[in-house]
Amino acid sequence: MASTATVATAPHVAAHHGPTGLWSWVTTVDHKRIGIMYGVVSFIWFLVGGLEALVVRAQLAVPNNDLVSAEFYNQLFTTHAVTMVFLALMPLTAAFFNFLVPLQIGARDVAFPRLNALSFWVFFFGSLYLNSSFLLALVPGVGPQAPNGGWFAYPPVTTLAYNPGLNMDFYVLGLQIIGLSSIIASLNFIITIINLRAPGMRLMRMPIFTWMVLVTNVLIVTALAVFTIASTQLMFDRLFGSVFYDAARSGADPLLWQHLFWMFGHPEVYILILPIMGMVSEVLPTFSRKPLFGYNVMVFSGILIGWLGWGVWSHHMFAVGLGPIADTFFALGTMLIAIPTGIKIFNWLGTMWGGAIRFTTAMLFAVAFIGMFTIGGISGVMHSVAPADLQQTDTYFVVAHLHYVFFGGTVIGLWSGMYYWYPKVFGRLLDEKLGLVHFWMTLVGMNLTFFPMHFLGLYGMPRRIFTYADNMGFNEMNMLATIGSFMIGLGTLVFAFNLFTAWKRGKIAGPNPWGAATLEWSIPSPPPEYNFRELPVVRSRMPLWEGDPTKEGGIPHGRRDEDTDDVTLGGAKVATMEYPDDESKMSAHDLGIHLPPPSYWPIVLALGITMVFGMLIFRNVDGALHNLWMGSIAGILLTVYSIYRWAFEPGHGH
Amino acid sequence: MDHSHAMAGHAAHPAHIDTSTGLDSRKMAFWGFIGSECLLFGSLIGTYMAYKGKSINGPYPHPGIVDGKEVEGILNIPLTTASTFILLMSSVAMVLALNYTQRGERSRAFTWLLLTAFLGSIFLGCQVYEFTHFVHEGLGLGTNLFSSSFYLLTGFHGAHVTVGVIYLITLAFLVRAGKIPPEKALNVEIAGLYWHFVDVIWIVIFPLVYLIK
Repeated sequence: MASTATVATAPHVAAHHGPTGLWSWVTTVDHKRIGIMYGVVSFIWFLVGGLEALVVRAQLAVPNNDLVSAEFYNQLFTTHAVTMVFLALMPLTAAFFNFLVPLQIGARDVAFPRLNALSFWVFFFGSLYLNSSFLLALVPGVGPQAPNGGWFAYPPVTTLAYNPGLNMDFYVLGLQIIGLSSIIASLNFIITIINLRAPGMRLMRMPIFTWMVLVTNVLIVTALAVFTIASTQLMFDRLFGSVFYDAARSGADPLLWQHLFWMFGHPEVYILILPIMGMVSEVLPTFSRKPLFGYNVMVFSGILIGWLGWGVWSHHMFAVGLGPIADTFFALGTMLIAIPTGIKIFNWLGTMWGGAIRFTTAMLFAVAFIGMFTIGGISGVMHSVAPADLQQTDTYFVVAHLHYVFFGGTVIGLWSGMYYWYPKVFGRLLDEKLGLVHFWMTLVGMNLTFFPMHFLGLYGMPRRIFTYADNMGFNEMNMLATIGSFMIGLGTLVFAFNLFTAWKRGKIAGPNPWGAATLEWSIPSPPPEYNFRELPVVRSRMPLWEGDPTKEGGIPHGRRDEDTDDVTLGGAKVATMEYPDDESKMSAHDLGIHLPPPSYWPIVLALGITMVFGMLIFRNVDGALHNLWMGSIAGILLTVYSIYRWAFEPGHGH
Repeated sequence: MDHSHAMAGHAAHPAHIDTSTGLDSRKMAFWGFIGSECLLFGSLIGTYMAYKGKSINGPYPHPGIVDGKEVEGILNIPLTTASTFILLMSSVAMVLALNYTQRGERSRAFTWLLLTAFLGSIFLGCQVYEFTHFVHEGLGLGTNLFSSSFYLLTGFHGAHVTVGVIYLITLAFLVRAGKIPPEKALNVEIAGLYWHFVDVIWIVIFPLVYLIK
């Protein structure tokens, strides 16, 4: 291969990483490669979703604007939400799950490597399918037909009678495909974490990130199932003429959808924030040079957040009139969640307290996460007061709240994780100067964008309107929000540039650039295809800080202003620690380590599953094309065929 | 050197030899899958219960009085009671099939696996007859709230039984070909978990839909 010469220049990159080439990526069952693919694809969708948000903000910059039509505006805000939740943030966390969980627990791969590849490819095809709705704009006489009923898709406005286009068909079909991918992936991670831990890695010795992944995936397996049924019902209504949500014809109760949707939708909020809480709980101790404060309490409050998160869905429905008893129950439940969340916030502060803090970009993002997420959490507690919520429902106040949680919480925390683990994934550090630019533009930009929305909401600006009149007092703050959003956009471009250039030109990281404590930092960066030469034996919560009395005792050490190269670990500078070259250059085969062979059945099966749902859209297309919906049956045959080939594939058998 | 190589080879198969819990990963994953299935069925059952008795037009599931007029019930309770009994008996056959697989009695395991699948097929036949009959009686998918929630709930269950029947027939022929020796009986055990789960769900659905007015 031509790339051999460049690879050989850097000793760390010379580690054996298995075969190269496009086909090796298509057929890979390696959790690290699947993690990278999740990361790249979902980051691209993050940029697409961000672009949609910028068009929304450009439309709202001035009153009575006509940059986009009202109909296209509906598609933009719906697709922005669906893209960010299902195609960007969830799979970005999945990228971290994939890459890190086996490394953190000391395993060679996930429990079901091919299933892992399957969930990626199903997600990949599903995300393309969902967004292909925009491409209908290229067909003469047909406009873009992206989902336009809000990400919550309340019927009856999303039923065929009131929404006759293909828009919501793309929604119900696309999200069923993507939901399936999430459920498959989650089962895999749950079993991996429970069953594939290295010897000595007891549950209460697991890294906190892995713990939060476990809680998150239990939520995904349960919550996504409810949403799958809700969208199946809406799909049957739209494509096969059932009457679950057709109130005019059957006396159906639209509240049923709202209950089913939010039974999924509220745990979804925790699905998006719990992994991030895990990430910053790894970043803060590393850069404070102190163990995580109150590990046990952090674990249990995470479990409690997941548990309570399942029982509060109706606080999204205070305005529909459930009655005082239900409102009180759900208001109190919601307020209760503030307790474990508050515990976490104070434990993060306790972790930093008295530590020798180094403000790397990862640490800056982690600290910003605490602040921004707390603001979002507090406005959430304001919503939990049902009478106050009646004032705030469907105003920009809610938009402000949810963006402080999703952007100030999830995105900011994800970027912290990106700066922290990028060197582990690609063997090179992200540029810290560009990181600083990215950080400040993002932090200032997001506050400019979302903070004025609190006031806009309290002044009465409703959500989901495509424009507003000149004399409402909304003008200045909308302009401010638009300026802020473009600032975020520029910051994100800086980030994308950083991610791209550091891949080939970043500073070589070494196995443990930050002097961190968990197992993933004990192996070369990037890790060899087999992860661990020998499965590690774990004796404590922080295996790499063992034998370092200062850290074991919880006493901070190290100079505050030390560079990454100067961080010490057990008396040695981490930058000079090397993995023996002769080992890292050897392939898994040379070392006698059995790894599952590559397989192309995951991508074929994913194609079959996508066809089963995807082709059904032609049920709602008139003319000759209508019959293409039979392609769904071809999809079923392909699915069954690939399941059999999968089951009997040599090298994977049991 | 040979010794260490052998050790590495041993450690390379941790998934089904030494897992952290000592339980097989596939079996555990299947329990997780069943947990997810409970919420899938739970949502459908919840929908059925929310819409029970809310249909504004017939045909209705049970006989009763609507707007002062007596109406007939469309459900054929004796037929479904019989098919329910057959489905439940198939679980007994499944237990025996697993037993013979574990003991390595191939031909008996084959017979009982096929019988399980056969009993499941009878249940499916009854469901196909029931659905066709209902459609002839004028109960289409979109006729009323009862029909929509009934067809989706029982149809979803029927789809599970269909998958189970294909699964069991495949296993039956694998057992006969000697591809599933006693040490691989877990393959049949997992199919059994699935089959019993599908039965248990029917034990919830049957009273809810057919017996409770």
